[in-house]
Amino acid sequence: MSTTQEKPMTLKSLSHKQDLLSGGHRMCSGCGAPTIVRQVLLAIDEPVVIANATGCLEVSTCLFPYTAWRVPWMHSAFENAAATASGIETMYRSLRKQGKLKKEMKFIAFGGDGGTYDIGFQALSGAMERGHQLLYICYDNGAYMNTGIQRSSATPFGADTTTQPAGSKIQGKTQRRKDLTRIMAAHNVAYAAQASPHNWKDLMTKVKKALATNGPAYMGIVAPCNRGWRTQTNDSILLSRLAVDTCYWPLYEVEGGKWTINYDPKDKKKPVTEWLKPQGRFKHLFAPGNEGLLERFQKYVDQDWESLKKLQEMSKS
Amino acid sequence: MAVTTTKTVAVDGNTAVAEALRQLNPDVMPAYPITPSTGIMQSFTSFVSNGKVDTEVILVESEHSAMSAAIGASAAGGRVATATSSQGLALMWEMLHIASGYRLPILMALVNRALSAPLNIHGDHSDGMGMRDCGWIQLFCENAQEAYDNTIMAYRIAEHLDVRLPIAVNMDGFIISHSIESMQFIPDEEVKKFIGEYIAVDPLLDIDNPKSIGALVLPDYYMEHKRAQHEAMTKVQKVVQDVSAEFAKLFGRKYDIFETYRLEDAEVVLVALNSAAGTIKDEVDRYRDKGIKAGLLKPRLFRPFPYEEVGAALKNAKAVCVMDRADSYGGFGPMYMEIASALYPHRGPVLFNKVYGLGGRDLMPLDVDQVIDETIEVAKTGKAKMAKEYITVRN
Ligand SMILES: Cc1ncc(C[n+]2csc(CCOP(=O)(O)OP(=O)(O)O)c2C)c(N)n1
Ligand code: SF4
Ligand SMILES: [Mg+2]
Repeated sequence: MSTTQEKPMTLKSLSHKQDLLSGGHRMCSGCGAPTIVRQVLLAIDEPVVIANATGCLEVSTCLFPYTAWRVPWMHSAFENAAATASGIETMYRSLRKQGKLKKEMKFIAFGGDGGTYDIGFQALSGAMERGHQLLYICYDNGAYMNTGIQRSSATPFGADTTTQPAGSKIQGKTQRRKDLTRIMAAHNVAYAAQASPHNWKDLMTKVKKALATNGPAYMGIVAPCNRGWRTQTNDSILLSRLAVDTCYWPLYEVEGGKWTINYDPKDKKKPVTEWLKPQGRFKHLFAPGNEGLLERFQKYVDQDWESLKKLQEMSKS
Repeated sequence: MAVTTTKTVAVDGNTAVAEALRQLNPDVMPAYPITPSTGIMQSFTSFVSNGKVDTEVILVESEHSAMSAAIGASAAGGRVATATSSQGLALMWEMLHIASGYRLPILMALVNRALSAPLNIHGDHSDGMGMRDCGWIQLFCENAQEAYDNTIMAYRIAEHLDVRLPIAVNMDGFIISHSIESMQFIPDEEVKKFIGEYIAVDPLLDIDNPKSIGALVLPDYYMEHKRAQHEAMTKVQKVVQDVSAEFAKLFGRKYDIFETYRLEDAEVVLVALNSAAGTIKDEVDRYRDKGIKAGLLKPRLFRPFPYEEVGAALKNAKAVCVMDRADSYGGFGPMYMEIASALYPHRGPVLFNKVYGLGGRDLMPLDVDQVIDETIEVAKTGKAKMAKEYITVRN
């Protein structure tokens, strides 16, 4: 059981808080990422300092001479948000220890899936292993969106990207995605979780828990991208909900070795095609002859979901 | 002001630099081991384990993360130091530009080592020369004493409000880092007084005045940022001279932007960095005893390079041999190119380039004699037989 006291969070009470990521930034309309960031920042009551990896979120929110950030924010490169945040957090500890800094602060690093699963994987693993007091959040839109929808190791099986395009011989991504949240849990971090912006209460509760925990924390958050997913601009909340309802993106958390599934649709679990169908990047999978690929996709989702339930069961005692 | 009584010790270069770092007491030190700089990190972490410093060390998982963490820590608002060599520096390369672009006064002890391939762990300057265009201040040191003194002076230079740039203090791997020499340490309190309190400029941890560091800057503003960085570099030389003058007054050892050795009336001149300068000085003496007007110029401040002063110091020589312990394959050695630029307005001496000591190959007194003999010949004939040549190498 978590020891954090959860203050009641209502939309009404939240509406009185200032948005710490202001409007007017340059992210595409309907992008899931800024919605996630605003939810994260609204969840925090303490002063917070942000490190941000290069990617859509970074280039679009701080374009000189403007910034959308009302909190201290730092970007340095693509693969090193975790390392940069380690440095910031360590300076904080050093100055506090020496009595040169009084205020308490929280530290969050944001990275896209490319900056987290791929090029930033080593820096993230190192930072988590060293045990910095920081929360790393990956907003996972399943490709390198900023540079034009190239494949990442978080790209779903079968997805059409500009570097593994669906063609007459190859039907999009041939591999299944890396399961980074479990890899982070295997680092024995203090807190690891998956969240989705359609369930803001769950997402924000997790942010609070992650920041209240003693040690490093990791959160993966599904982040619909209408440019890369080839969907409607008003669909990002619907698509994040479907990702969860189909168990493609289960909501769960791992605290001190205990795995908890936060939402189990049980017999309401939807077939994954309901999530795939509205997305242009999976269109080719619905062409005649590709039924096997859809079955394979469903099999991967089912396997992961069943093994997640087992992990929950096994850690119950 | 009285010169402080200092303590004479016998230590190797790494120990000397580690001692300087202990006295500087940085707030954060991210570090990753690599030969030959590892000794610095090992000594320093033992200071941490024994409560001798306030520093928080970050035992990062790579040098890329070492420099990334250094950047985060420095931007957060405090003193940061790190140490590396060769491949470690190469892995940092991307972040070196970001450290200088963000104007962060990070201190790096760079123990010079050859770059792979072929893999080699010994001293040459290919790492230091490889960071030439990264926007860092670069100081080069002949021996452990200079490495210690330059490290003590480094924060004063880098943190100067006209400057705010990262700084690398170079010494030769093994030849200096691992050789025991007699040298002098300054007492702790004197160092503390000399470096003063850190002044944070726009620290990220100033939570009440939130700042965004690391914006995307497009063609409309990028060049202004770069020019500002260039202008900061133009202020460095004076700061180096001022800080060195103050250091000399307090501690007795004099440093300038470069060192001249019997250069005033010299006709036959060698230019060399770091430890080779010690050997060359001995040989210059021997040739002077024979009545030959030999001399040496040893750059200390390599970036920014003091072109005017170096040009003026060399212009009256008849022949200058620039010794490079690094190469720019397909070009001249990197030091040669600087000296050629410095001398261009003067059309003075005949210039030529020798590449020596790569991968830690020794430069013996007899090798220096051969170079001086050739320089004498060039001075006489007014012609260099080879513009660039590798020496002490098998055919
Ligand atoms: C070392 C390095 N390699 C490549 C790039 C180019 N690059 C910038 S952002 C990016 C993709 C970012 O993808 P992701 O992390 O998933 O974030 P997104 O843009 O999708 O939000 C790439 C490849 C870079 N900036 N630095
Ligand atoms: S490309 Fe995608 S992730 Fe990037 S800003 Fe647009 S919608 Fe958001
Ligand atoms: Mg992405």
